[in-house]
Amino acid sequence: MTAEPAGDSALKAETERFRRLAATWWDPAGPMRPLHLINPARLDYLVGQLRRRLWPKAEGRLDGLRLLDLGCGAGLVSEPLARLGATVVAVDAVAEALELARARALRQGLAIDYRHGTAETLAATGERFDGVLALEVLEHVAAPRPFLATLSMLTRPGGLLLLSTLNRTLAGYVLGIFAAERLLRLVPRGTHDWQRFVRPAELRNWLAENGADLVDVTGLSLDPLGSSARLGGSTAVNYLATAVKRTS
Amino acid sequence: MVRGATGSGMQVDLAIVGGGFIGQALALAAASVGLRSALIERRPRTALADAGDDGRVSSLALGSQRMLAVLGVWPTLAAEAEPIRDIRVADGRSPLFLHFDHREIGDEPFGYMVENRFLRQALLAAVERGGAIRLLAGRRLRAIQREEFAARVELDDGTAVEAPLLVAADGRGSALRAQAGINALSWRYRQTAIVVTLAHERTHDGVAKEQFFPTGPFALLPMRRSRSSLVWSLRHDLARALLAADEATFLAAVERQADGQLGLLSLAGPRYNYPLALEQAERVVDRRLVLVGDAAQAMHPIAGQGLNLGLRDVACLAEVLARQARLGLDLGEALALASYQRWRRPDALAMLLMTDGLTRLFSNNLPPLRVARRLGLGLVNRLPAVKRVFERHAAAAAGDLPRLIRGLPVPP
Repeated sequence: MTAEPAGDSALKAETERFRRLAATWWDPAGPMRPLHLINPARLDYLVGQLRRRLWPKAEGRLDGLRLLDLGCGAGLVSEPLARLGATVVAVDAVAEALELARARALRQGLAIDYRHGTAETLAATGERFDGVLALEVLEHVAAPRPFLATLSMLTRPGGLLLLSTLNRTLAGYVLGIFAAERLLRLVPRGTHDWQRFVRPAELRNWLAENGADLVDVTGLSLDPLGSSARLGGSTAVNYLATAVKRTS
Repeated sequence: MVRGATGSGMQVDLAIVGGGFIGQALALAAASVGLRSALIERRPRTALADAGDDGRVSSLALGSQRMLAVLGVWPTLAAEAEPIRDIRVADGRSPLFLHFDHREIGDEPFGYMVENRFLRQALLAAVERGGAIRLLAGRRLRAIQREEFAARVELDDGTAVEAPLLVAADGRGSALRAQAGINALSWRYRQTAIVVTLAHERTHDGVAKEQFFPTGPFALLPMRRSRSSLVWSLRHDLARALLAADEATFLAAVERQADGQLGLLSLAGPRYNYPLALEQAERVVDRRLVLVGDAAQAMHPIAGQGLNLGLRDVACLAEVLARQARLGLDLGEALALASYQRWRRPDALAMLLMTDGLTRLFSNNLPPLRVARRLGLGLVNRLPAVKRVFERHAAAAAGDLPRLIRGLPVPP
């Protein structure tokens, strides 16, 4: 949610808003409901891409993969990835969300390495990952280009960058902000700023500048009743993307 | 995908309370996608394995049979199952009747009649074949805890079982349902169903006959070796009298209703009786708990759909759980349980209403209703499209069906 890089691409207001929401992160009927509803669909995408492109050995699992979940929030994606056997490092700038995430992991016997920080603080450690995930993060950072450069730096050559975000189209505005925030009140008002939404073509160029090739863009849409989401179809509102870090 | 060492005792993916047909089928369906179950049953294992002929019979819709085939139960059952090739529904002795021929929906039968003793043995053999199911028979529940991340049950021999999801497969009047504070709506009818296996002189030709008399429906369902299962619903007082009557008197009454179509009749098992009642839980999920089979909805045997409805519960739940496991999601999380409930409720409700409607419509001797019924049955017979809808529903091939009911394995 909020991989707020301290000092550089930081957005203080964003961090503050998510701090207030931290306690309700795992309540499927609370303000994070849309994230819970799209979670199965986006996990379907992530697990599929990781398995198809990185070939973990055990069938249906992710054992042996070292993954970074940037902007992990309270662990909506980190927990499933860990259950599937991946070694997960999860980072967020909101300490309150991490407290909740750590308590949950402990009670479920999940070994997830939750760290308070940002993409930049992690890049400074020199660690590299098989897969770097930044889900629903891009639209919340101040400067997406340097942020993508940091993500690329954190990915080992041949590894994957997995992103999900909102598209800067008219539909993205109408459904992502007007409908979701104002009309249906699916997400709290002020969650999104359309100016910060990213188009797939921009993403392709910015990734290429940073040594990563965009290999897949898949749409994600909420069904009309708003009870679940599915992959495929239009990329005009929400989309998921995969890039491969070049080996040379 | 068992994981998480947060407590002591046996750690499984599913703690299933109730080791009857539905509980066992669920454990098998879960095992088919790599999930491990503890199957807790108060009766001893010898009762589950009982090969004795108790005269009880089940009808398996085509979808149920397909599901048992996918789960590896059917091969040992096939030789003992009688296919239902035709269904004839009539209003009393009216010459107008509704005729369903299996050739109208493809070349397969509508379903099969199978004796419970064979179903019992085939299911238990499959349950004990793999290593994924821990059968804890002859044990009672001592305590149940349902917490944020897991459900824990303690048995009377001191065994503790922990799982992310607890399943109530403990039947009509479910104790788990009551413990969770889930109310059940129930209807009672002033009728009792007499169920008995009959041997007969003439062949039944694979035809299931259901005749609606003002006193209640009278159904003969074809079984192996020139036998039929009689399900006869009557007013309590009439049923009591027939149950108390000697064999010859009882058989004479049956022969009169059956119009002698099957020739000389004899009893091939004890006479059972079931007061007719419907029971429906107001919801089928709660924190770390899901209800399946008769614990969720129990119906009287008029349409023979209780077991089939329960097996559809199992197929849907297995599919929801398989998806959760495949994506690394929590098996017992509220959203997953809500999606199971959304999937199941319309089917259960439709079945209950149909059963209830049939009972009320046909247990009535008002002349205009009789005329309407007779015309109605005759009319449906002349409208092939309407009939096919009825037929598919009877064979449970309609609606948004789970994969197992379509005869497909659940993808792990």
